Amino acid sequence: MGKEVLRVENVSMRFNLSKEKIDSIKEYVIKFIKGQIKYQEFWALKNINFTLEKGDRIGILGLNGAGKSTLLKVIAGVYKPSEGSVTREGVVAPLLELGAGFDQQYTGAENIYLYGSVLGYSKKFIDEKFDEIVEFSELKEFIDVPIKNYSSGMKARLGFSIVSLISPDILILDEVLAVGDARFRKKSEAKVMSMFDAGTTVLFVSHSLAQVKRLCNKAMILEHGEIKAIGDIDEIAKIYETMIE
Amino acid sequence: MKHSIENFLKYRFLLMELVKKGVKLKYRRSYLGIIWTLLEPLLTMIVLTVVFGTLFGNTDKSFPVYILTGRLLYSFFSQATSGALKSIQSNAAMIKKVYVPKYLYPLANVLFNFVIFLLSLIVLIAVSLVLGVYPTWSTLLLIIPLITILLFSFGVGMILATVGVYFRDMEYLWSVALMLVMYSCAIFYYPDVILNSKFAWILKFNPLYRIIECFRATIFGTAINVKGMVYAFGFSVVTIIIGLILFKKKQDNFILHI
Repeated sequence: MGKEVLRVENVSMRFNLSKEKIDSIKEYVIKFIKGQIKYQEFWALKNINFTLEKGDRIGILGLNGAGKSTLLKVIAGVYKPSEGSVTREGVVAPLLELGAGFDQQYTGAENIYLYGSVLGYSKKFIDEKFDEIVEFSELKEFIDVPIKNYSSGMKARLGFSIVSLISPDILILDEVLAVGDARFRKKSEAKVMSMFDAGTTVLFVSHSLAQVKRLCNKAMILEHGEIKAIGDIDEIAKIYETMIE
Repeated sequence: MKHSIENFLKYRFLLMELVKKGVKLKYRRSYLGIIWTLLEPLLTMIVLTVVFGTLFGNTDKSFPVYILTGRLLYSFFSQATSGALKSIQSNAAMIKKVYVPKYLYPLANVLFNFVIFLLSLIVLIAVSLVLGVYPTWSTLLLIIPLITILLFSFGVGMILATVGVYFRDMEYLWSVALMLVMYSCAIFYYPDVILNSKFAWILKFNPLYRIIECFRATIFGTAINVKGMVYAFGFSVVTIIIGLILFKKKQDNFILHI
């Protein structure tokens, strides 16, 4: 039994879907006076419970709208759950798809520092990793060019390199392992594998069962915001296969 | 409380990065770069001196210093608060992906504008010396209005940042409000006219004017209005408390509105 790194307890997430979006004061005041501000409750997640130990790699399966991305955002701390709690040990790092969250005017090098500090690392720590990150991303010549001039493949490579080389305790992958060209994809999968060996805990969302089977040792199926099944990958894969037929 | 302090220490590098980013990006695409922090207030000072000094027949030699003091403080306040107002929206991409203590964004905005403001004080020193306004020991007291305006801008910035998430209109409303603030702070006219009229309260209860008044007193070496300064400081502290409470109460819902 390894050390517990993530505990999700009774987590529920409620959204108020207002029929129309109100974002001007005039509209708000008019609707408020008329008593027209109505909400429709929508539970994206209902009573989710599970724990992960150090080194666990869990695949999260489910159809569109099952609540997979919402769950990841709750775990990352972006959403505060309406009910329940999430306890994390160490740094949780989401892999940014196509470099969302980079500052467009900033150069590659500056973005490495920016994103590193967003994850809560110190400048000294990033200094140590800087060369490795640049090396791995294969962007040495472009590292002082503003990100807005990068191609989408280059941004994705940089994003992947930052997150994988600072080796967070919990890594969140949301459909993003299709990074860069075929060669870089291979390299990044190998890197993810080596992070597994180093004991990184991974949450992986994918629609490709084959990829989940290859990378994960555990899996869960989400349906309408509830955990339908959770357990070892082989067992869950069978259930999922019958489910999608 | 202990938790907040730990959290702040963990993210102090992020705060530093964000402040650096603000300063660096402000003038990145311009040829003169950081020199604009000096040139811009100097040029506005010249324009205002020509309009309100020469054209209105004010012959006081130190009038440019008078204008510059008010104008520098006002432009810091205006840039810091309107930047803080937009800070949550403009960092939406990051906020949607990663957990970050959100107050860092308005705070970094106020701080980087403060750094730029401090740099622009070089102009004030130069102009003062040229026009014969020499520093005295009491000039050192200028630290008091400087800290007060920093606190005040942060408080107002936190309130605006919160409101700005919910209502985009605030951006436009605030730019009009700032104009009102500018005209009611005695930046390019002498306050006596108003202070001796029945509209004296406009200046008396205006914390920003009180700060500017005190700042001028330290530069010109005249007596500081202690009561006015205490009022401005108290006002700033109350603003910060309101801002922090409001922000803390609402911050978990920001994500649903950006």
